Amino acid sequence: MSKDIKIKRGLNIPLKGEAEKVLGTAERSDTFVVRPTDFKNFTPKLLVKEGQEILAGAPLFYNKEYPDVKVGSPVSGQVVEVTRGPKRKILGIKILADKDTRYVEVTPVNATTMSGEDVKKRLLDQCLWAYIKRRPYGTVARPTDKPLAIYVSGFDSAPLAGDCDYILHGKEKEFQAGLDVLKQLTDGKVHLNLHRELNTDAVFKDAKGVQINWLNGPHPAGNVGVQIHHIKPLNKGEVVFTVAAQDVALIGNAFLTGKYDASRLVALGGSSVKSPKYYRTIQGASISTLLAGNVEGDNNRVISGNVLTGTKVGTHGYLGFFSKEVNVIPEGDHAKFFLTDGWAGPGFNKHSASRSYFSWLMPNKKYDLDTNTNGEKRALVVTGEYESVFPMDIYPQHLVKAIMIGDIELMENLGIYEVDDEDFALCEYVCTSKTPVQQVVKEGLALIEKECG
Amino acid sequence: MKFLHTAFKNIKAPFEKGGKLEKYNKALTAIDAFETLMFTPEEVTHSGAHIRDGIDLKRTMSTVILAMVPCLLFGMYNAGYQHFLQLGVEASFWEMFQIGLVKVLPLVVVSYGVGLGIEFAFAMYKGHSVEEGYLVTGMLIPLIVPVDIPLWMLAVAVAFAVVFGKEVFGGTGMNILNVALTARAFLFFAYPTFMSGDKIWVHEGMTNDAISGATILGDLAAMKGGLEQLSFTAQDMFIGLIPGSVGETSTLAILIGAVILLLTGIGSWRIMLSAVLGGATMGLIFNAFGSNGLMQLPFWQHMIVGGFAFGVVFMATDPVTAAQTNKGKWIYGFLIGFMAIMIRVFNPAYPEGIMLAILFMNVMAPLIDHYVVEGNIKKRLKRATVKTAVAK
Repeated sequence: MSKDIKIKRGLNIPLKGEAEKVLGTAERSDTFVVRPTDFKNFTPKLLVKEGQEILAGAPLFYNKEYPDVKVGSPVSGQVVEVTRGPKRKILGIKILADKDTRYVEVTPVNATTMSGEDVKKRLLDQCLWAYIKRRPYGTVARPTDKPLAIYVSGFDSAPLAGDCDYILHGKEKEFQAGLDVLKQLTDGKVHLNLHRELNTDAVFKDAKGVQINWLNGPHPAGNVGVQIHHIKPLNKGEVVFTVAAQDVALIGNAFLTGKYDASRLVALGGSSVKSPKYYRTIQGASISTLLAGNVEGDNNRVISGNVLTGTKVGTHGYLGFFSKEVNVIPEGDHAKFFLTDGWAGPGFNKHSASRSYFSWLMPNKKYDLDTNTNGEKRALVVTGEYESVFPMDIYPQHLVKAIMIGDIELMENLGIYEVDDEDFALCEYVCTSKTPVQQVVKEGLALIEKECG
Repeated sequence: MKFLHTAFKNIKAPFEKGGKLEKYNKALTAIDAFETLMFTPEEVTHSGAHIRDGIDLKRTMSTVILAMVPCLLFGMYNAGYQHFLQLGVEASFWEMFQIGLVKVLPLVVVSYGVGLGIEFAFAMYKGHSVEEGYLVTGMLIPLIVPVDIPLWMLAVAVAFAVVFGKEVFGGTGMNILNVALTARAFLFFAYPTFMSGDKIWVHEGMTNDAISGATILGDLAAMKGGLEQLSFTAQDMFIGLIPGSVGETSTLAILIGAVILLLTGIGSWRIMLSAVLGGATMGLIFNAFGSNGLMQLPFWQHMIVGGFAFGVVFMATDPVTAAQTNKGKWIYGFLIGFMAIMIRVFNPAYPEGIMLAILFMNVMAPLIDHYVVEGNIKKRLKRATVKTAVAK
């Protein structure tokens, strides 16, 4: 039974530099890096050594807690470096890629004729399991989980996010095959959530065997956490899976062809990009090839992922495991004089969810925002701010405070199992007191997972 | 403005690690406070949301101060207007305004001087940055005291309110009672002769017998008769040409402030609206009985005399001491309005209820929130138990 959901509270941040739906060409990257830090609460154990030759789809590392969960190499080539941080924490595995990718090849299969256990085994063997996340916690799914349902968001409402329609256009076969795979993993339903007012590509509209739900409203309507909350809120002890739309197609393709093909379309956007558009590249590719000659200024923040939840990677950084966009915005590491562009100015170029700057008089304006925090960290003073951009029946400020004091029972009562840090991205954005809300929630989730499993 | 920014860096340099004056490094807190006032720091985001809303606490607080400026200016004018009106002397606009300026400006200076002095001292002692909370409090206090209040009394009240009303709880964002009202309540109970009665509301009322200057509410409470003794029209009340505390008399000026707060989204419309509804409800109940002057006062006139409007717009909406949940705000606001009018009518010794109503509801706000949040928790637990029951 399809559901119609109206999201009222939220915020679309109008940013300059949205990627045009045109495919650009960029040089293929020579080196690739896979970062275990892209996975939350994941302790990596290496399966490769420096100098070792590997094929695309061969496992690079596994999760210490769940050894069956392996992460594969996006390309074939030689492992040239394992970068480590404090306490020898693995930060990245660098691969020097072959000119032509050679794959680990297995027999193509049809998921509809397989049993759930076989599908699961195949996903684990082919290093595809890492694309499946679980709620609670937003971590990689555990092979032991019995999900009540699986949720796929067919649109991304975040600012400057890659457009799922464009990315998956023409991939009907792969996407459907991916959905068929997911169906075998649960006794419940596979939910495909689409936006009522955006264009919806045939790849989503014609999807079969799933429950299509329609959402309407501003960001974070595209966040799968918000969708789950409105379709069937998660209770303590329950587990659901979530998979990003482009990863569903990747899984489907791997089943259909027997190859782990990690290539994808990414949106290159942001106000510092001269000509924002889409590029075909491969997961873990060096971002510098995309940026070459296409970036204005030399003091920029390069983000793998969107501007609200992505990872700062630098101009020589690499595309993240789950990222489907690269955003480049100016760094804001300069002081702002209070009367001109600081707190006392008219603020025509400052975006705010409140109407305290005159920019609210220009509803259609697009903004060129930098990374300045626009103020110092303060005690929480303003109330009702988080609630106005948090479309769930949860008290976000109370939950954040409960996490800050480490009260596990209170966190559970206030609904921590229903949220992921990305759901709090807008709260962090609008916070007058500049509280690092996502970091707080991330720590809260890690604490709960450690204490309650 | 680069030279100014460099100047700040140069002033700070000797106090920083390895500098000549390193042992006085607490001074950095004070210099930082001025530097961040002039320049939003170069601080950038690191993870999470890479971009941030343009608003910060300085903008929020300065918007509230801006909203109070009409009240301040009108208060200055009215101080002179009431003075000359009582004396029966003709005076020009500037003569009136001048009296107010000379009387009110020192109140503002003392309030900010003492309050910010204490804030800076605490921040330096505790080693955290100076927060902006007092900027609003410092402006509120001069607006809610009688114009002739001795400056030393004001200084004592401000010191008491900032130390015991706020800093002992941990500073900005942590206090339970509205700081400005704590100062006023302190004055009211410590120096009642300077805070109530019929002599204090007009400049020189205590020294010059020609000036009476009782407030409307005071008159109504003192006399047992009906409304006919009122010497002010409803229009006077609305415009604010009536005796009272400096900034509270003009409903018109307060409304301008309310519009600024609501338009910018900084003041809570839920609290303002529900407080007006609460006041109207109580007023209507009293109107139905109408056994004395205060009870007969039409419910809508209750909202334009005394401190009701000022309290509802600027004090009840203080986010730190109000209820934090949206549902809670409705309850909190309604009860403030309801109780303010109730105290007014039932307590002839003190014919103004908004101060005590807000302070009382400040204390009750966490309780209201507790039950609102508890309701949310119960709903969640119920959902979970229904689920397990079905599963069995």
